[in-house]
Amino acid sequence: MTGIAAAADADAGMRKGLRLALPQIVIVLLVVAVVLAAGVSLTAGASNASALAVAAHWLGLAAPDAISARDLLIVESIRLPRVVMGLLVGAALAVSGAVMQGIFRNPLADPGLAGVSAGAGLGAAAMIVLGGSLALPMAGVVGYAALPAAAFLGGLTTTVILYVLSTRLGRTSIATMLLAGIALGALSGAATGLLVYMADDKQLRDLTFWSMGSLGGATWPRIVTLSVVLAASFAVLPFLARGLNALALGEAAAWHMGISVERLKRSAIVIVAAMTGVSVAVSGGIGFVGIVVPHVLRLAIGPDHRFLLPASALLGGALLVLADAVARTVAAPAELPIGIVTALAGAPFFLWLLLRRRSILDM
Amino acid sequence: MRRSVSTLAAWAAACVIGLCAAVSAQAAEAKASRIVAIGGSVTEIVYALGEEARLVGRDSTSIYPPEALKLPDTGYIRALSPEGVLSLNPDLILTLEGAGPPPALDALKAAGVRNVMIPEGFDRKAIVTKIGAVGAALGVEDKAKTFSAKVEAELDKAVAASATASQKARVLFVLSARGGRIMAAGEQTQADGIIKLAGAENVLSSIQSYKPVSDEAIIEAAPDVILMMAPRGDHSTGSEELLALPAIAATPAGKARRVVRMDGMYLLGFGPRTADAIVSLHDALYGQRKPGE
Repeated sequence: MTGIAAAADADAGMRKGLRLALPQIVIVLLVVAVVLAAGVSLTAGASNASALAVAAHWLGLAAPDAISARDLLIVESIRLPRVVMGLLVGAALAVSGAVMQGIFRNPLADPGLAGVSAGAGLGAAAMIVLGGSLALPMAGVVGYAALPAAAFLGGLTTTVILYVLSTRLGRTSIATMLLAGIALGALSGAATGLLVYMADDKQLRDLTFWSMGSLGGATWPRIVTLSVVLAASFAVLPFLARGLNALALGEAAAWHMGISVERLKRSAIVIVAAMTGVSVAVSGGIGFVGIVVPHVLRLAIGPDHRFLLPASALLGGALLVLADAVARTVAAPAELPIGIVTALAGAPFFLWLLLRRRSILDM
Repeated sequence: MRRSVSTLAAWAAACVIGLCAAVSAQAAEAKASRIVAIGGSVTEIVYALGEEARLVGRDSTSIYPPEALKLPDTGYIRALSPEGVLSLNPDLILTLEGAGPPPALDALKAAGVRNVMIPEGFDRKAIVTKIGAVGAALGVEDKAKTFSAKVEAELDKAVAASATASQKARVLFVLSARGGRIMAAGEQTQADGIIKLAGAENVLSSIQSYKPVSDEAIIEAAPDVILMMAPRGDHSTGSEELLALPAIAATPAGKARRVVRMDGMYLLGFGPRTADAIVSLHDALYGQRKPGE
């Protein structure tokens, strides 16, 4: 009996030793995974344009005429922006998910809870259905920046309303926010439904495709916008990680540990709204990245947000880039909406995780 | 002096001939040989002009003639993938108005592929314009002119023959009736266009585009005939199911069990087959009455 206990102790001790190193190892592996995913995605596509040949061209290793202008354009102007945008959107969604799960202290929370997705959907629907008639002079100037702008504004507005509703006397109630979020989501859904009712068949198709997400709209100006928002949000992450770790013990405990809980909640909501907002704006509705990625990583490296947040960014980016490679090639020369790929892969995996965990709990 | 004049003339002649040769060579060069056709009616026109050998791809709405189905499908007309289209290595893309999304079209433009937009419309003139635009883009203007003249004459004849009815049939076009919820065609739709060309009246001219319509509005509209697309696959509502809907059953069309079903692309494509479609629709709508009139 004592022998077994000692062995268990030794085992635990060894695990503790491993635990310290494991997150770092996983993060290094994830960096490798991101590079590999980007490489695969640059090489994969409907055409046979070779990313390797283009890379050789960039490095000046190949003869100047060894590569056709079309292949160069496909890799440089079509695949590369998509890969970069995929990395950024995937990172933004996964980190937003991890932060939401930390704030709500619930592993099932997703970025949609901040009301961003529903609001962004409403903004996008409004632009698709009404944009043609209302904003005719504007549409010419802003071009197709109008749709992402409308989606972002919609997301931002919903989050602000939600925040105001759930904040009293400077204290934000997370429970109120969750419930008010459901109500606002239903309201946005109703308004979107009204727009769907008004839409003609082409607009309906556009709405459907938008809601299933795509990285097809990747352009460098959008990538710059995304990068700025992401850089600003990521700068706050170290502070946030410490706060979320403390919050895991409860609001009171966190307060006693010297964490400004209200400031923590506020900054978390702001960066989740900003990151999800721009992501949804440029790529439409892409599900399951925000919920599955942090979940998987928590199982692998534990709940420490100092590692969980950067690891989520890396895994989210790598997965979305791979999903996009699948979306671009599986129906070539046509293209599948990426939301279908992430949901098809993400949902069964998530179920498997839940069932596996349940069987552990049952035992 | 005379000699120099004649040499000058010879030179001039040589230059003209040379120039002509250069121009025609350029024209031959500009004639695209790898074409992707986006839009069902555009593809139909390319086939009708006998230029199908130059097609290398189509979109998912290009389903006629059946041979077109063998071409690689680049996806739905409004959700094209630029790399998918480029992978077919085209030198010309014919896009029906409304194709997209805009970033995909921009990427194709950046790739240096010529893109010709074919205007869409739901009347006689639009069909003639479409044929002319496709012909010009293919560099077969003469063939297109002959063909569009023929189509125009057919259309005029079909419309004239259809306009004879003393009392216009009142038609309700039902796009879908899934779950008993009826989506019907208002104005500014292909269905509205073809109904009018066939000498009938669209009972829902008070609404725009395809809309879900309430049961009461359908009873109020009191159509004589219901027009639907012929079932493709198993996802459309059957005529029996439709006639069983209380709102439909209460209309004159429902009581007389008058449902006309025609192939969607044939009926609503606004391409080379539209003249035939007008005649078929007219016959189907007025068939039972005509002998007596």
